[in-house]
This record gives sequence, structure tokens and C-alpha cells, in this order.
Amino acid sequence: MSAPAVRREIPYRYRLMGTRCVRCGAVYHPPQVVCQKCGSREMADIELSWRGKLMAYTVIRRPPRGYEDYKPYIVGLVELEDGKRVLAQIVDCNPEEVREGMEVEATFRRIRVDGSSGIIEYGYKFRPVIRWGGEGAHSSR
Amino acid sequence: MREVAIIGVGCIKVGEHWDRSLRQLFAEAALTALEDAGVDRVDGVYVGNLASATLNSQQHLGALMADAMGMPGVEAVRVEAADASGGVAVHEAVRAVASGMLDLAVAGGVEKMTDAKLPDVEYAIMMSERREYVTHTGVTITGLNAITAQLYMSRFGAKYEDLVLFSVNDHKNAVNNPYAQYPFPITVERVLESPMVADPIRLLDTPGVGDGAAAVVLCPMERAGEFTDTPIRVGASTVATDVVNPYEREELLTLSSTRTAAERAYEMAGVTPGDVDVVEVHDNSSVMGVIALEDLGFVEKGCGHKFVAEGEIEIGGKLPTNTFGGLKARGHPWGATGVYQVVELVWQLRGEAGKNQVDGAEVGLAQNVGGTGATSCIHILRRVD
Repeated sequence: MSAPAVRREIPYRYRLMGTRCVRCGAVYHPPQVVCQKCGSREMADIELSWRGKLMAYTVIRRPPRGYEDYKPYIVGLVELEDGKRVLAQIVDCNPEEVREGMEVEATFRRIRVDGSSGIIEYGYKFRPVIRWGGEGAHSSR
Repeated sequence: MREVAIIGVGCIKVGEHWDRSLRQLFAEAALTALEDAGVDRVDGVYVGNLASATLNSQQHLGALMADAMGMPGVEAVRVEAADASGGVAVHEAVRAVASGMLDLAVAGGVEKMTDAKLPDVEYAIMMSERREYVTHTGVTITGLNAITAQLYMSRFGAKYEDLVLFSVNDHKNAVNNPYAQYPFPITVERVLESPMVADPIRLLDTPGVGDGAAAVVLCPMERAGEFTDTPIRVGASTVATDVVNPYEREELLTLSSTRTAAERAYEMAGVTPGDVDVVEVHDNSSVMGVIALEDLGFVEKGCGHKFVAEGEIEIGGKLPTNTFGGLKARGHPWGATGVYQVVELVWQLRGEAGKNQVDGAEVGLAQNVGGTGATSCIHILRRVD
């Protein structure tokens, strides 16, 4: 990955930014310049919800280049509170602890290191929602 | 538009060809197909390939392969549509011949996978998915199929043991295919004992890494009699696409590109799913084979796993499927896979399928998929009587 590529992806990799069609309301992540539903080109930036539920997950045991050091790791499909679906690594829990329907929240993490002199990529991963003590008291961003 | 016929086919055994290059693999398959057709020169060459840049540091495959076939000068181009590249290469050749711009064409596919290490192979195929959204999570194609399998099992109450019967059927059929990578039978128990790759998908439910090349020779039907007594008619050749990110699609358990391409293909060929005698589907894990049977209209959505468990996809069942081993056991050399499917249908329709012959096969269908369904290519082939 080149520095310009990493830099231009910062909004939706760091902050879960997408675009929303001004005409029909369809939301895209990453951004879309033309709405796939209504064809409108009028799109506005929108930040996705940082919380959601785990719809399904898998554990990657045979990773692609660049991810060998993390194996085994969980990749899950998260349905955010606003209804968008996001694929992400699920961290801060073991494969034995993860379960379908689990509440998760986005967290900012290191994604990949490109050798000893390349770029360190960052972005979102998701972790189980941590509840401290009483109802309603929990971590959020 | 002219009717198009397949007059020659050829392929090599899928496997670890340490002493042969990308170029040699393609040339061998193409020259075999030309010999089968009794043709020594063509007007155009279409080369399906996914990852030669990444795996072999080689591009410009159109000219490279025309040169390898001893035909510098002819029109030639490489076609890329992820692991649907082979099917789409055939599609492009069919269009060229049907339009009248070319008379004789070779469409082939090649993938030289064993020059790269496994993590690089996993990385190369993931270039078929959205890099900034899906690939960066570290997920693999098998991982994406694993999530689909989890969703399928919880929505339709299927068990993983039922799904993997698809792979068991592939292996059973590969036993009689001299070109198959894994020509041996497996059992459900062996699949469930094999190492986990991406939960719940296990090693014996995933295609291996292998080199492969396959090719067909096409000409207008009106000229087919000059070359062969058993031309096979291309009844339909269609391609459709879908949103590339699988999770931006409304339906997670339907390949709408397959549905769209299949609907157009049935209409073009003037047949219905019930007329199909033999089918080749893109099962890069068993769940994708099951979903393919549903989206091609052979069985209701959510019932594919029952159809498989009832043995209907076996030779002798209602719908003989992947009769030469499918992606699992014939092998899945990405850019070549769609061409192998067409070659295998030709063998069936010519009555040259040996022990795996489907009696009286007249109509065959091949479904070749790119990535997780962003491209689907359908071919319907028919015997000429």
C-alpha cells in the first residue's frame, strides 16, 4: 500500500464514514459517487453507527500475506444499529467466547504492518461491548 | 448473429506442474484443442487468467499465448473477471464468432498457481474483492464462504455434514477423470476430521492449489461440418454482474448475478431448468455449490442441501452435477476453471465421458463465478442431432 492510498482511505477506515444518497436515503460504505438504487449523483457524507450485533463469524486459520502474525483471528459480519452491514475483525475475545448475536462496538486498531520499513495501516475492528457494573453503564466511543 | 459451435477441446491434468511455465501450460491445452478440431490456425485467441501479474510476474497474455501457439500475428487478448475469467473468455470468443468478425477462435484459460507461496495465493484471489472494505479485514475467499455457510445453516436449518456431501460427490466423480487434481473418493467423516481452514469450512471442503489450462475451438455452426461430425452448439452464453461487496447486496444467500445470467441464458437457448441433463457449478466450497443449484432454478431457495442429501446430484440422480469433479476435485485453477467446465460438458454431450457418461445427455449448463458472485457467466451447450 502506498502512502496516498492509505491517506485517502482515512475517513472510512478510521471513522466509518460513508455516503448517503440525498434523494433516496441509501447509505454506502465505502462511499459511492452514484446511487446504485436511484441513480442520483447527489451524495452526502454520513458517519455510520459504531455499535451493532454480530450476524455471523468465522475464524481465519490460513491467512493471506500480511496477516500471518495474527492467526487465528475472527472475522465477523456486523449489522450496525443503523442497519448497515460491515465486515471486520472481531478482537478482544477468543474464538471460544464469540457468539452470534453478540453486541459489538468499533474500536481503532492496527490492521497490518508492511515489513520493517513500510506503512503501518490502521482502521476499525470490532470488540464485544464491555459492560462495567450496572445497567446502562458501559463503554462507548 | 450466427450460431456458434464448439469443434475442439483440450486440457491438462490440474496439478503441480513444477517443470512447466504459464506459457507452456496454455500452449499445451490450446494445441490439444486445435488437434481435436483438426485446425492449425485461428483468427483470434482469448485467454482467461486471474493472477498472472501477482503469481508469475507476467502480463500481456494475449500476445504471449498466440506466440506460444505458433501464431504470432493473430488477434489475441487476455480476459479477466476474477475466477470467472475462463467462462468470460469463452463468452468473448462466442460473441466474436457470432458477430461474424472472426471465423475460427480459440478460447482458453490458464492459471499457474504453484509458483507462489500459499499466503500469496490467498492474497492474489482476494484482489477479486473490494480491497478497501473486505480484503483489509484479512478475510480469505474461504472465510467469506464460511460466513455464507454460517448464515445458510442458521437460516435454513442445514447441517455442515449435509453441505459437504457436495464435495463428497465431486470426489466420487473425479475418480474417473484423468485430468482431475484429486481423483480419489472422500467421506463425510474424512471431511469433518480434516483441518479447519475457516470455521466451519474444513480443508477437504476447499479447492486445492493447482496449475491448470483448458481450451476450446469455436467456429460458426455453418462451417462446423468441415471439421467434425460431432459439433456442440453454444445454445447460450451470458454474463451478469452484481455489487462487488457481498454485504452491500440485499440478499446474502442469493447470487443475483447467477440468477440474471441464467434467466437470460434459458431464454436465449429456449430451454428451462427442467431440460438440463448435466450441470457444472462453481463450488469453491460446498455451500456455494448448494446455493448455485438454487439460483440456477433447479431447486427452491433453502432446499438445495436437501436435494444434495437425497443424492439427486449424483450420476444417476435427477441432476448429475460436476461429473468430472467440480472445483473441489477436478481442481480450481482460477482463470482456467470456467473453460474446464465447458470442455467437460462437451465430453458429456459428445458421449465421450466414459464411466461418468450421463445417458442421453443433450443439454448441459455451466456456471462460472468471479469472487463471491460479482460476476457470473453461464453457458448452455446442446448436442446437435
